[in-house]
Amino acid sequence: MQLATLAIGLISATALWSGVQALNAQARTSYDRAAAALGGNRTATLVARDGGSYAQQLYVDLRRAGWPVSPAVEGAIRLSGRSLRLLGVEPLSLPVEARTAPALGTGDLQGFILPPGQTLIAPETLREFGLTEGATPELPNGQHLPPLKPQAEIAPGVLVVDIGLAQKLLDMPDRLSRLLLGSKQDGSRPPLRDIVGDRLQLDQPDAATELERLTDSFHLNLTAFGLLSFLVGLFIVNSAIGLAFEQRRPMLRTLRACGASARQLNAVMVIELCLIALLAGLIGLVCGYLIAATLLPDVAATLRGLYGAQIPGELSLRPEWWLAGIAISILGTLAAASAALIKAARLPVLAAAQPYAWQQAQYRWLIVQGAAALAVFAAGFGFLWFGDSLLSGFAVLAAILLGAALGLPAILGLVLALGEKLARGPLTTWFWADSRLQLSGLSLALMALLLALGVNVGVGTMVESFSRTFQRWLDGRLAAEVYLNAATDQQATEIKAWLKDRPEVRSLLPGARAEVKLQGQPVELIGFADDATYRDHWPLLEHTKDVWDRVARGDAALVSEQLWRRLGVKLGDRIVVPSDRGPWPVEVVGIYADYGNPRGQLGVAFGALVTHFPDVAKTRFGLRVDPARVPALIADLRSNFALGERSLADQSTLKAISKQIFSRTFAVTTALNAFTLGIAGVALLTSLLTLGASRLPQVAPLWAIGITRRRLALVELTKTLAMAAITALVALPLGLLVAWCLIAVVNVKAFGWRLPFEVFPFELAKLVGIALLATLLAAALPILKLMRMQPARLVKVFADER
Amino acid sequence: MSVRSRISRRAFAGGLLTVAVAPPVWAQGFAGLGSDAGGFAPVVPGRKLAFPDDHGPHPDFRIEWWYLTANLKDAAGNAYGAQWTLFRQAMTPGPQRDGWANQQIWMAHAAVTSADIHRFAEKFSRGGVGVAGVEASPFKAVIDDWAMQGSSATEPATLSPLEVTARGTNFSYALRLSADRPLVLQGDNGYSRKSERGQASYYYSQPYFTASGTLTLDGRAIAVEGAAWMDREWSSQPLASDQTGWDWFSLHLSTGDKVMLFRLRQRDGSNYFAGNWIGTDGRSAPLSPDQIRLEPLGFTTIGPRRLPTRWRVEVTGHDLAIETTPLNPASWMGTSFPYWEGPIAFKGNRVGVGYLEMTGY
Repeated sequence: MQLATLAIGLISATALWSGVQALNAQARTSYDRAAAALGGNRTATLVARDGGSYAQQLYVDLRRAGWPVSPAVEGAIRLSGRSLRLLGVEPLSLPVEARTAPALGTGDLQGFILPPGQTLIAPETLREFGLTEGATPELPNGQHLPPLKPQAEIAPGVLVVDIGLAQKLLDMPDRLSRLLLGSKQDGSRPPLRDIVGDRLQLDQPDAATELERLTDSFHLNLTAFGLLSFLVGLFIVNSAIGLAFEQRRPMLRTLRACGASARQLNAVMVIELCLIALLAGLIGLVCGYLIAATLLPDVAATLRGLYGAQIPGELSLRPEWWLAGIAISILGTLAAASAALIKAARLPVLAAAQPYAWQQAQYRWLIVQGAAALAVFAAGFGFLWFGDSLLSGFAVLAAILLGAALGLPAILGLVLALGEKLARGPLTTWFWADSRLQLSGLSLALMALLLALGVNVGVGTMVESFSRTFQRWLDGRLAAEVYLNAATDQQATEIKAWLKDRPEVRSLLPGARAEVKLQGQPVELIGFADDATYRDHWPLLEHTKDVWDRVARGDAALVSEQLWRRLGVKLGDRIVVPSDRGPWPVEVVGIYADYGNPRGQLGVAFGALVTHFPDVAKTRFGLRVDPARVPALIADLRSNFALGERSLADQSTLKAISKQIFSRTFAVTTALNAFTLGIAGVALLTSLLTLGASRLPQVAPLWAIGITRRRLALVELTKTLAMAAITALVALPLGLLVAWCLIAVVNVKAFGWRLPFEVFPFELAKLVGIALLATLLAAALPILKLMRMQPARLVKVFADER
Repeated sequence: MSVRSRISRRAFAGGLLTVAVAPPVWAQGFAGLGSDAGGFAPVVPGRKLAFPDDHGPHPDFRIEWWYLTANLKDAAGNAYGAQWTLFRQAMTPGPQRDGWANQQIWMAHAAVTSADIHRFAEKFSRGGVGVAGVEASPFKAVIDDWAMQGSSATEPATLSPLEVTARGTNFSYALRLSADRPLVLQGDNGYSRKSERGQASYYYSQPYFTASGTLTLDGRAIAVEGAAWMDREWSSQPLASDQTGWDWFSLHLSTGDKVMLFRLRQRDGSNYFAGNWIGTDGRSAPLSPDQIRLEPLGFTTIGPRRLPTRWRVEVTGHDLAIETTPLNPASWMGTSFPYWEGPIAFKGNRVGVGYLEMTGY
């Protein structure tokens, strides 16, 4: 039994930890591929000051001045109604560290450069679009892509072609988006300013890729959960080893008395533990792999939905991962076993039982732990006050959880002492007193339970808050009944004319999108019509009085919450937007919620956007339609204009898609939550088993004075449940605190938006119920054992000298 | 390795650059390169070279190069070598396309060698956008910030004077070249045969350059002067398919005579010899294969390769019997396509300096 619990602890600890690590590693690999394909993050680049494209002549001038630059042009293209990134590179001058793919070095260079050229595409993107190698899909502008060539090293969603072909396909003749600058230094070179003036600026490579930066928070989330599970797993290991030590105590004493040295005994026990850890670690790794493989689709969907990061659906593992898993299993075991081993090493050869010494020891221990809890809470408060990063957010969270866990025994001790004072009758008094005795043995398991419950409450509250807010927000953002995106401006005009004859269309809301860079980061600019639809529904968080009139005038903008936080602007501040017609200052008149968008967004009047970005596609619009007549209208539109799934959507479908993305976002969290709670249950079970064996001397006298085993079992069960119930009650405020921390600190740092905080009593009650049920299950086995215990064993207690 | 060992560098450095970038495809392309011109202009005997036009590029031909080597000395008498090379390779024949669609690829090598230091660098560029290219008059060959260029004073017949600059990691140089004698046509009036089966190139040289200027080696500027030799060669199929490599000598004799000779190694162990004896009067006489004897005397191991860096060179009929020693036996050009190229000195019945290059080892 102890072997089983030890193994379960180790397996679950290793499994969850390695599973999370595997997921993170998988995602990182994908980002690396994306970074390599985009070429912009791993190398320094020269970009225009306004973030736009610039003349190719600057490339020639720089090369001729000795700057080892490589040209790149980039733009979005639409294929089958979806947006893909088209990247044009020059393979000969591409810096080594920016090589899109080793394939360019080994493949058919001539075929890539010379007409008709090649379009390098990730195999999964090829499959996703239902295309075949060698196909030449047509673009909306009537041009054809060069023959497709799948290449595993290309990031999903990116098409790589030769620079000359890309300029043609993107209609950017002799224009470049950026110059890549390799790290190789070939002699000295003149200053940048002497060659290109102040037209270009040097962007140093990021240590992390843009995707890594965006998704860091998500991975930190996963890691935090993995770590939590690992710690809870170690609680189990700790109590399992405690049990083993308890059971072996007589044998150890005998061996010591026979002359075996403490060092010898310890060495043997350490070797035994390491072997078990190795074996359990291996099994844990396999389980971790299974967990990761199960969660990967959800993680991939989340990352795609939230950040546009493409993660392939297959898990690939590296040898480092296996080694790290085994190492952490063994190290964790040794850490968890250290207390027991030290105890064994110091075991006096003739240790007598000390039935009452525990009380003083426990008292001291509670004081120390309580003080530690206070210190940790203080540290957490410090992090909250002074910290300003995601990491400090997590530090606050960790401090809250750790402080609560450390403080739990003290709280339980107080409650039990109070109970004992109020108790009447011998059995009740014993009930409380014995609960206090059990406290030190059970406290680790109860801490695990507290942590699992607290996190469950916290995450549950956050998810629930989110789904409600999100519902309201979606209703506001997707107010029009139908959303339409025509393939070309011409088609848009035709559709508009056609819609004039449809009486069910109450109004037509044109929209447009442009992309600019603010402070070096991409920002979406959305233009919308001045209409009651927006005035009534837009989810504004803060705004000036005349917000809509100001926006309609064209010199003011609404700012998404993410961008507002990032730029640190206030209502009334001015933002200068680098437009195609030069700098365009807009005043901030409102801030709106834009959940789930990794990019900042600015909302401006449609007319003003089109004026400042004359080339922007005017193909998007929303339609206000009598809801009952939406399906008929959509069917007619489809049959008349050959609009695909993605170019024509009714509101309910869009909402469903959005909700799906978000439910998957938290599916991972919820799954890990359930795992954590499960492990806490196992921790409780192992602790109770340990105690069951060591507590016979306490129980036997009661049996001897006439209390039946059944009654004793009932008392034991009540005790366990009572402690679990107290723990669960402590977990409720803890969980709410965690939820607040997640919503007000972590989410804001991670995603850039803050949710309204709501409490859901029914959910809380349900969780307490689940906790008690888990306790009942965990306690069942030890209680049954007690009920069926041979009277002879109870009697034997009086004969043994422990 | 099989690809590389089949390539002789000087004749085919232009081809090599693409081989190096894309081995599998170009390995096959290269096999074809030896046997037919593949739609490029063929090299035929009897063409009369004309200057300054032939100083410029010949895009109808598959490959071409502008090749300069210089044997230099500083004030204290220490010897140095400098190399500047620009290769052109056309990916496909046909009319030249503008911009990025242009089918020319340019590659350049530069090196500075002393007795104990050898520094080199290489560059690649696409044609058509203005980063690399050659103009005939006034003469100008550039890639990035490297250049070999003349001015309005440059004479087409002598290709003099010229300025040459290049820079790489821990080295750079700027040399001024001048010559008082006309260009020399190699082979048979500029038609240089490379095999028994008719593979050939157009080939002329300016072996009479005197060079002066400054080398910078590891941050130390050194004033130098000496002799320089420029080669111009273009072709579409200059190599037979069974030829594996090339040992090429350019020699400045103390008497003022200049000698160019090479052997093309063939897979069956035999060699194809060719060369020209250029007298002090500027007259160039082709050497017949049986006049030339080349014999390795000493070897240098560089990485996995064993290279014959010391040679006995004999030319019968001109009474030349010399032994050459490299200034720096480790003059290894570890470029995308690697080869050995460095200055040499020789003694025997004549003395002097020169350059040796060895490919396909």
